Amino acid sequence: MLTFVVRRLLLAVPVLLGVVFVVMLTVDLLPGDAVTLMLGEHATKDAVAKLRDHLGLDKPFAVRYLEYVGRVARGDLGRSIQQNRPVAAELADAWPATLQLTVAALLIATVAGIAAGVASAVWPNSFFDALARLGSLFGLSMPIFWTGLVLIVVFSLWLNWLPVGGAGSLAHLILPAFTLALPSVAMVSRMTRSAVLDVLREDYVRTARAKGLGELWVLGRHTLRNAFIPILTLLGLQSGQLMGGAVLTETVFAWPGLGRLMVKAIFARDYVLLQGAVLVFALAFVIVNLLVDLSYGLLDPRVGRQG
Amino acid sequence: MDAWARFRRNRLALVGLTLVIVLGLSAVLAPWVAPYDPARQSLIEKRARPGGKFLLGADEFGRDILSRVIYGSRVALLVGLLSAAIAVLGGLVLGTVAGFAGGWLDAVMMRGLEILLAFPYLLLALAIVAALGPGALNTTIAVGIWGVPAVTRIVRGSVLALRETEYVGAARALGAPVPALLRRHILPNIVPGLIVYATLFMANAILLEAALSFLGLGVQPPVASWGLMVSTGRDVLLVAPHVATVPGLAIMVAVLAFNLVGDGLRDALDPRLRGST
Repeated sequence: MLTFVVRRLLLAVPVLLGVVFVVMLTVDLLPGDAVTLMLGEHATKDAVAKLRDHLGLDKPFAVRYLEYVGRVARGDLGRSIQQNRPVAAELADAWPATLQLTVAALLIATVAGIAAGVASAVWPNSFFDALARLGSLFGLSMPIFWTGLVLIVVFSLWLNWLPVGGAGSLAHLILPAFTLALPSVAMVSRMTRSAVLDVLREDYVRTARAKGLGELWVLGRHTLRNAFIPILTLLGLQSGQLMGGAVLTETVFAWPGLGRLMVKAIFARDYVLLQGAVLVFALAFVIVNLLVDLSYGLLDPRVGRQG
Repeated sequence: MDAWARFRRNRLALVGLTLVIVLGLSAVLAPWVAPYDPARQSLIEKRARPGGKFLLGADEFGRDILSRVIYGSRVALLVGLLSAAIAVLGGLVLGTVAGFAGGWLDAVMMRGLEILLAFPYLLLALAIVAALGPGALNTTIAVGIWGVPAVTRIVRGSVLALRETEYVGAARALGAPVPALLRRHILPNIVPGLIVYATLFMANAILLEAALSFLGLGVQPPVASWGLMVSTGRDVLLVAPHVATVPGLAIMVAVLAFNLVGDGLRDALDPRLRGST
């Protein structure tokens, strides 16, 4: 098990190096002069030269890449251009809010999605099943920034139950978390429905029923446990959707997280900050999928024994 | 039973197809079906409620929302179609090269794809748009590139599987060049899958274009893009909710339509996958 973990961690390193490479390359391909774009056309020659020197833009791409990787390895992500603060500090301020939002959304997606999916599979072609499937079709088709605005209109403007935006209390978290979770609820319930239906057709489920086990026991012990593996894979992939969705949700609800920081960085042409933010997102995505891979071993004893 | 007969029996897919046709017609016939010029401003009628002169109301500048929604279908469909073309063509080329070349080239290309797939959804497109700058063309390129890795995987997988079949092996042994192999043996096998993927990709591309435009990084004003309309309506959300919510409905209907058609096509073209997600 330990060798498996270590090997997977080592495999993540080239992927992250590649992510940094791609981001730096896209910035490098930028038409026109990056520094003039960042500082505006009216910047003094002195300021341009200083920033150019600071960013090391006179050096070749490969050198800058290696230097950046070397600094990142030591925990130095550079200084943001707008605020002139260490990027690591800016990211440290923002990431807890994003973590809170995405974890809340993931919980909602898991609980609501699995519950709806199991109910759909246990009573296939029932009224509830039809409703849930229609709901998931709509859930997958609604742009989440729009869902967020509609929820604000209903729950903040008309009902006056929840705050319009900002962060600070549980009440502030409810609307953004549900907004972000909705497409994932739809995905998870679809996947759960088909996974549970597949397992319910297995011989061992018929055997379990034949020997007189209660339906709840058959569902919990024999069905869900086996249906959970594809669901778990999906949850890992959904975490990537949630991070991308967080960019939109945070913008809609003025939620002070990484996504909003990233959008601000793009508008301010603060590429140092942007690189750092993308790197954190990619790192988080890689870690989540590593955790998913590791948990297969816990669910299915056949996985991971060989190391 | 042939694919079209199976598709026709799927009521949801037919609803989707009808919606797609309506969208296509509204995009092509926009100048004739839109009641007003989408750019015509009328400040005394700004934020007019739906009904009366403006069926779906007017926005912050007194522009007719219905006309702008109709013109917006042009942007959504055009960005969707072109980016789907980029994704499919790019994936087809890369997937074929990786599948036939094998060895170190294949390994390098697959590691490269893994890196692109390590970007959480939306972030790769965001990074590309951040570098290229906003605009309709750059949005299309970003959305298209976002779709390339998945198509490459599909194509490479099929090439690898088909390469080992006896009839492709026989064709190769007879000295058929790779383009001929591709055209006569590989493509016919993967086209149904690619059509399904491209249709579902259209739904995602429309969503992604809308999201980028909503963030202010996609299509720029004064072009009528649905995502952009939601974004500008957001500023007056609390006084005139219809300005932001009505264009969002258009996005939802368009995405739903392509999702329904894509699901229907998948069930019709590959009955084995019926019922899976």
